[in-house]
Amino acid sequence: MNDKNISMRDILNEKDKTKRNEKYEAYVDQVTPKHSLLVNMIWAFVIGGSICLMGQIFTNTIESMGVSEDNASTYSMILLILLSCLLTATGLYAKLAKFGGAGAVVPITGFANSVAACAIEYKKEGNVFGIGCRIFYIAGPVILYGIFTSWVLGLIYYLV
Amino acid sequence: MSGVLNKRQGRQSVLFDEPPYVKAAGNAAGKKEMEGPLGELFDYCDEDPYFGQNTWEKAESFLQEKALETALLKARLRSEDIGYLVAGDLLGQLIATSFGVEKFEIPFFGVYGACSTMGESMSLAAMMIEGGYADTAAALSSSHFASAEKQFRYPLDYGCQRPASATWTVTGSGCVILSKEECLLNNMSRALGANPVKVMGMTTGKIVDYGIKDSMNMGACMAAAAANVIEANLKDLNREPDHYDRIVTGDLGYVGADILKDMLNEKGINLNNHMDCGIEIYDNVRQDTHSGGSGCGCSALVLTAYLLPKLALGEFKRILFIPTGALLSPVSFNEGNTVPAIAHGIMIERC
Repeated sequence: MNDKNISMRDILNEKDKTKRNEKYEAYVDQVTPKHSLLVNMIWAFVIGGSICLMGQIFTNTIESMGVSEDNASTYSMILLILLSCLLTATGLYAKLAKFGGAGAVVPITGFANSVAACAIEYKKEGNVFGIGCRIFYIAGPVILYGIFTSWVLGLIYYLV
Repeated sequence: MSGVLNKRQGRQSVLFDEPPYVKAAGNAAGKKEMEGPLGELFDYCDEDPYFGQNTWEKAESFLQEKALETALLKARLRSEDIGYLVAGDLLGQLIATSFGVEKFEIPFFGVYGACSTMGESMSLAAMMIEGGYADTAAALSSSHFASAEKQFRYPLDYGCQRPASATWTVTGSGCVILSKEECLLNNMSRALGANPVKVMGMTTGKIVDYGIKDSMNMGACMAAAAANVIEANLKDLNREPDHYDRIVTGDLGYVGADILKDMLNEKGINLNNHMDCGIEIYDNVRQDTHSGGSGCGCSALVLTAYLLPKLALGEFKRILFIPTGALLSPVSFNEGNTVPAIAHGIMIERC
């Protein structure tokens, strides 16, 4: 953030183009309205928390049916993914994420949403070049760098 | 002096010796636009975002087809009567246009000016007529929310938050038919108080880049381009802003419109008759469109459904219509480039 206000006069009087652009960017930042961070954080907490709570309820319920803890959490994740895909297909997940923000994007349901949304959108372009090539359009970087990071951590673990 | 030099005014403007007339204006719009403040003015609307097609791209083509068809109907012309069609859209390689206008078999020029396409296509169509290359020419442009989101942003069902500065791509298409012969817009009657509407001239924009990289704040990217065209128009023709009843920008939205006014104010131009198609087309609060509407269809819809009839019926005498475009592509954005912008000014006047 800039501590001093930049006026349009500063920008128009600036002869150096790079400096003019920098000033304009700072000016635009001043005049552009932004979503309230506090409201966003509250909604992210509520939505994200609810998703996690739901996951916990799933896990506990499955566990109470006599499934081991590890298996119960796996089943719980599968259920959340299924639910997210269904909400994506009905267009509800996008609405949830509008309020939930990071609260809806960060949990596993957000990941499922990013994959399902691509599959739906690119289905028209065919099974190979559409769905096949582009299903991980958004999730791809997460998968790539997730695997890479775990490889690096594995290496460190091996060496230490 | 030759005629060419007489028509040319200053660096960027042209005043026609024989201004072409606006013969007809047709349009087609989507559900959200229909629910907006101008909703009842549109010629064709459908609740189905696919308009009965099976892809977003074909849906957009369908909108173009409808807009052109309606304009032809209102002009009481057949497609054989149109000398040239100048049209464009936002999609890569102009696919919405190519597939939309194929069946009309009109000699065709495809143009890309991002959301300024309506201004660009009208400028060229007007020059073709004034230059004596055609008696009638059509200008057409379109955009579709879903096809634009798919190309420029994310799949439709992907959950993410749109920043407050983001604009909503308009689903719609507008078509204007220009004619050499004097005529009344949409064959309206003089008995209703209609008068012919002419394209007096134009101010062609330059590419203006103030270094903004945020593709979610296109108003800020385009404001400087609009300011350039307004300043050039007034300087080239030695006019004051109040020469026009309205100075209408394309899709700056709330953020861009404020920047434009501030910028012109600083240059000594007081813009109190400004209007922005992106602000007019939606009810920002009720329809949750953040900074307003955008896309080639935005200015095309507002021009064809609202501005031209108002000119014909005498509510406005003169307007300066300036569609604005942000010239980015997903590639240029990913490669970290800025968002250059352009604007095309058209002077439209009632006789």
